[in-house]
Amino acid sequence: MKTKNIMIVGVGGQGSLLASKLLGHLLMEQGHDVKVSEVHGMSQRGGSVVTYVRYGDKVASPVIDQGEADAIVSFELLEAARWLAWLKPGGRVVVNTQQIDPMPVVTGAAQYPEKLVEKMTAAGAKVDPVDCLTLAQQAGNAKAVNLVLLGRLSHYFDFAESAWQEAIEACVPAKFLDVNKRAFALGQQA
Amino acid sequence: MKKLILGNAAVARGLYEAGCAVASSYPGTPSTEITEEAAKFPEIYCEWAPNEKVAMETAFGASLAGKRAFCAMKHVGLNVAADPLFTMSYTGVNAGLVIAVADDPAMHSSQNEQDSRHYARAAKLPMLEPSDSAEALDFTKLAYRLSEEFDTPVLLKMCTRVAHSQSIARLSDRQEPEVRPYQKNPQKYVMAPANAVRRHPAVEQRLLDLAQWAETAEVNRVEDGSDHSLGIVTSSTCYQYVKEACGDRFPVLKLGLVWPLPERKLRDFAAGVDSLVVVEEGDSFLESYCRGLGLSLRGKELFPLTGELSQNLIGEKLGLSRHMGSALTEELPNRPPVMCAGCPHRGLFYALSRLKCTVLGDIGCYTLGAMPPLGAMDMTLCMGASVSGLHGFNKALGADSEGRTVAVIGDSTFVHSGMTGLANAAYNQSRSTVIILDNSITGMTGHQQNPTTGFNLRGDPAGKIDLEALCRAMGVNRVRVVDPYDLKACEAAVKEELAAEELSVIISRRPCALLKYVKRQPPLMVDPDKCRGCRACMKIGCPAISIREGKAVVDAAQCVGCGVCGQLCGFDALKEGK
Repeated sequence: MKTKNIMIVGVGGQGSLLASKLLGHLLMEQGHDVKVSEVHGMSQRGGSVVTYVRYGDKVASPVIDQGEADAIVSFELLEAARWLAWLKPGGRVVVNTQQIDPMPVVTGAAQYPEKLVEKMTAAGAKVDPVDCLTLAQQAGNAKAVNLVLLGRLSHYFDFAESAWQEAIEACVPAKFLDVNKRAFALGQQA
Repeated sequence: MKKLILGNAAVARGLYEAGCAVASSYPGTPSTEITEEAAKFPEIYCEWAPNEKVAMETAFGASLAGKRAFCAMKHVGLNVAADPLFTMSYTGVNAGLVIAVADDPAMHSSQNEQDSRHYARAAKLPMLEPSDSAEALDFTKLAYRLSEEFDTPVLLKMCTRVAHSQSIARLSDRQEPEVRPYQKNPQKYVMAPANAVRRHPAVEQRLLDLAQWAETAEVNRVEDGSDHSLGIVTSSTCYQYVKEACGDRFPVLKLGLVWPLPERKLRDFAAGVDSLVVVEEGDSFLESYCRGLGLSLRGKELFPLTGELSQNLIGEKLGLSRHMGSALTEELPNRPPVMCAGCPHRGLFYALSRLKCTVLGDIGCYTLGAMPPLGAMDMTLCMGASVSGLHGFNKALGADSEGRTVAVIGDSTFVHSGMTGLANAAYNQSRSTVIILDNSITGMTGHQQNPTTGFNLRGDPAGKIDLEALCRAMGVNRVRVVDPYDLKACEAAVKEELAAEELSVIISRRPCALLKYVKRQPPLMVDPDKCRGCRACMKIGCPAISIREGKAVVDAAQCVGCGVCGQLCGFDALKEGK
């Protein structure tokens, strides 16, 4: 199987590490070679962060380059747009429509761009916008945005439901399991 | 058992399997998780040392005593530890000694992009360089075998993409190494000139022996290709990029030991291909060696000396395909890292910004005080340079700068390298004002304990430096503590200490808002009838506040209720939450 590429992007502190851990676990259990490249350190402090998840028969590079991502999963709208050049032509963008102002917008030096979903679609991406924050709150915890996103992403991969459930159980701490399973289900139904 | 494992965790697993007994490190991205993960094995004594030099000497002591030992650091940490490193090359080891050094090409979280391979050459030590987690684990174990077989410390070079990538590795059981009882041997371990003179030839011979080993070592392997018009010499993560870009098309000489290098193997490989390309991040290290052999090749004429390489870049430079995506045409606002909501550093930096101080900074989260809107930093160089730099600045300019220039340094950084600068300032009668930003943790690298926190690496109670008493003992008479959440108190303290005609220390003390034991207050509430949208609350650059439709809005998910923004509001519009 040719290597497949999923990028997880967002704002430092939004919880992308759990999403990549869960995906990595799921893909390895499916018998794939897997590489996951993460960001630690300074850029975690509210900066733009990106995690690369790659799987296939034999994965070499730990990173995804421009024009290579089959899917971009974004925790935030502007971050999806920022990494769009990394998407393969016609690739899929699953995006939380939440907007978090970056510091240049906070200080008034820049404006938060408008109509980003439309602009990404016009650039050739298949965009799937989801209000994950509302769904996460509905599930019982605003921090469950990552599981809502993964629930939505599960539409585009034909892994058995049981495989997803097993990965969630393996990666999510027991006391948060119920809320995260609800969030995953809400993402699937969205 | 196979496991998807972070490169740094794989090194830790290698330490466990190799029977390592003592690990001492100072945290630094991207090396930190090695020692944190090693600490999860009760068989390995693990600690945070105040700095890399102390960590390396501790590991050396453990090796001398006869137990396999380890220390880890980021690339710039090796500069701090270079002093013991160069002479440990002469003494050699008793039990195996491995030093991991993690480079950060593209400077994801660093102040420079130095290439640690030069240290291996300069200190005449072997350096192994893994390219994924499986190799990180295997090379760590190999490093111990080499260390004991060749009587040498071994450098294990990581980089961000190996350290912080997960890939699949095969785990095995721990093997307890043979006991190597300590035996007194001053000729080997007392590096006074008479002994060192005799050790130096042994070092040179060891390098020759290692180079001989490198000729046949499995870690230096040739992977043949179908197209011999080109051959590629590479190592580390660049090897993975090369395989991604070229597949099995061209022959590759993949070097796992990057110092010393195998001369005959390189010559043979070059002879079997029409042209040679060296693919390496950082400096032209492998390239220079190959050129020294008289080999004709292309290297840095194709690839940059700066930043990271990638599969697209390598594919393009070798005339293969390059993947393209389409970006949006408009320019998007960037998203630099920021101080977190509730960060205790913010209030102090606001005071420095208002007083228009010249601020000599240091290494840590608080370097973010340089960013707008606070913009309260003039210099950041290396660990500890704020304190000693300020002393020099003030000696140069005297009263002109003494009344408006400060140093800011975190608690962990102060113990790492700031203390000696303060000793110098006190001894040489500086009139400087030094501010210790004591957030009770090593913050930037992700919350490591340090000698001021009272806890050790495993979170158990430990010794605790009393910063006030320490500063007084070094001869600082004016030592005071302020709460950075109190803007008026911060400004008053800075003004008074700048005016004082002697050395003073202000300790700005409040624990990092992200620490689990720090209780969050309810988020602030905006009274929209009172808010006039004047943006006064925006001057502190808190990511939890924004202006929507002319009024301040507090993001309840981010706000920790520190109340600093409320102190800026002239209309009483920001209220304590319930």
